[in-house]
Amino acid sequence: MHSGRRHSSGEVVLETKGLTKIFGGLIAVNDFNLKVYKGEILSLIGPNGAGKTTVFNVVTGIYRPEEGQVLFKGRDITGCKPHRIISYGIARTFQNIRLFPDMTCLENVMAGRHCRSSSGLFSSIFKTRRQRAEERDIRGISERRLEQVSLSRFRDELAKNIAYGSQRMLEIARALASEPDLLVLDEPSSGLNPRETEDLMAFLKNLIREEDVTILLIEHDMNMVMGISDWVVVLDGGRKIAEGTPEAVYADPHVIEAYLGKEDEDTGYGASA
Amino acid sequence: MEQASRIEKIMAQEPLRVSLVVAAFLVYPFLVSDYFIDIAIFFGIYALLGLSLNIVLGEVGLFDLGHAGFYAIGAYTTAILNTKFGIPILVLIPLSALAAALFAYIVFSPVIHLQGDYLLIVTLGLGEIIRQALINNPFDLTGGPNGVFGIDFPSFGPLVVDSSIEYYFLIWIIVGLSIIGLTSLQHSRIGRAWNYIREDETAANASGIDSRKYKLLAFVLGAALAGVAGNVYASKLMCVSPESFTFWESCLMFCIVLIGGMGSIPGVLIGAAFISLFPEIFRPFAMYRMLIFGSAMILMMMFRPGGVWPRKRGAVEFRSLLDDTGRSDA
Repeated sequence: MHSGRRHSSGEVVLETKGLTKIFGGLIAVNDFNLKVYKGEILSLIGPNGAGKTTVFNVVTGIYRPEEGQVLFKGRDITGCKPHRIISYGIARTFQNIRLFPDMTCLENVMAGRHCRSSSGLFSSIFKTRRQRAEERDIRGISERRLEQVSLSRFRDELAKNIAYGSQRMLEIARALASEPDLLVLDEPSSGLNPRETEDLMAFLKNLIREEDVTILLIEHDMNMVMGISDWVVVLDGGRKIAEGTPEAVYADPHVIEAYLGKEDEDTGYGASA
Repeated sequence: MEQASRIEKIMAQEPLRVSLVVAAFLVYPFLVSDYFIDIAIFFGIYALLGLSLNIVLGEVGLFDLGHAGFYAIGAYTTAILNTKFGIPILVLIPLSALAAALFAYIVFSPVIHLQGDYLLIVTLGLGEIIRQALINNPFDLTGGPNGVFGIDFPSFGPLVVDSSIEYYFLIWIIVGLSIIGLTSLQHSRIGRAWNYIREDETAANASGIDSRKYKLLAFVLGAALAGVAGNVYASKLMCVSPESFTFWESCLMFCIVLIGGMGSIPGVLIGAAFISLFPEIFRPFAMYRMLIFGSAMILMMMFRPGGVWPRKRGAVEFRSLLDDTGRSDA
């Protein structure tokens, strides 16, 4: 199955088995199977309402699936709470940026370290030696992550005051601060201009090369999907309709149909109505 | 002009500002009459109550309009255990805190997931339930509407706290210690976790913060501090009765945090000063007191919604980091 994948090492990081999520009468995700291999960039694409974000929300614990399993590094994490999932090693960003607007950029990144630190109430009140050392670590690592996304100069600026493109990068820095094995990005290029998108692609490629991380992303920008993905999975109406290398998916008639409708008018919507 | 800016620069130094305030508090009771010392004692009690509610309302952004309930539990725990079993007041400080904290843990555990207004309604009801229960005199413990009388003075070995000036120092030492502890918390991962939840709970959860745990912790800690305030209040007045713990008290605490600035410790002190001094200053026109108070609150919300002294972020943290790195180099 993974024979065509460029970066695949054969080790599965994330796997979903028969994932089904129902909202009232709507089947948002239907029997969805996915395998993400270590060290690759996998893009999940599909028209609006295809269920991409729902898949992300199930994987990161915001929703509990009606059926199916989510396995991360072989461990069943189905239905775990979001704060546990990040501690297992899956960190995410949101489609509509969710930062802590009235806190500084550095404090925003420090949030990602929460699950990697452990000082309790009493050591925090009495500032024990261990607690102070841990705080220094949290700051040091967070500062490095801030530098990595070139936002060091905004360290003490409130997150709400920096530019939109910078906010996107700040959210990625926050996710990276938790040292994730899997980075889950929900439309990271939305709202970015072409130059910023280029920078983001270069950043993610560099990240994959230099760190032990795997990336799963939802993307609408076809340039980015084509330019960055090792593997593309296409969702439509909650079902997987195709997967393959970017080139193969791009040429797949099912995918073109999902995005543009059928070419043959006789079997299209007009005729059946 | 130059002179002014130099003074400003000197005043901007945190340690200096803090030591000036502390010095003022140390000198104050020796300069004024007992009447003004008493006002400062109630200022201290309100400061402690403000600090306790600030954890819940200011740091985590949870609306709590039943905080007087925990204040009552602290006061009644002290009153009952002291009058019935003769346990010394100072020993009862941690016990009152524990009783209020335990109560908060038990009642909030099942409802902590409620959002905004829903949680507000629960806290409002809770405050009333506690007050009604005290009036109904359960197990003949609370003395009904009359309350409990004859509470001891706190004593520490041969030193008995029975004058205004001693009470003044008792309450302000407690407030001072609380401020030190809470400031440490603000700059720890726990304080930040509270703020993350206030800013965006979903993002906080996704960043690894167990919001349920930290919200409960805020309520428990807030209740514990309110319990301590109740202890001091009970021994200062030597009696407690349900009418001291009405919904109005909860409103006052709410105002303290809003006036000062949510999540700001100096702000809480300013708010508490305003709430405790206001009735005294306006005593001559008692009839119009509430009118002025209400108008002041409305104007506040219109022109300075962040409070008088909102918490500043960034610069302070920056300095402390420089200190830290300096230390690690040495």
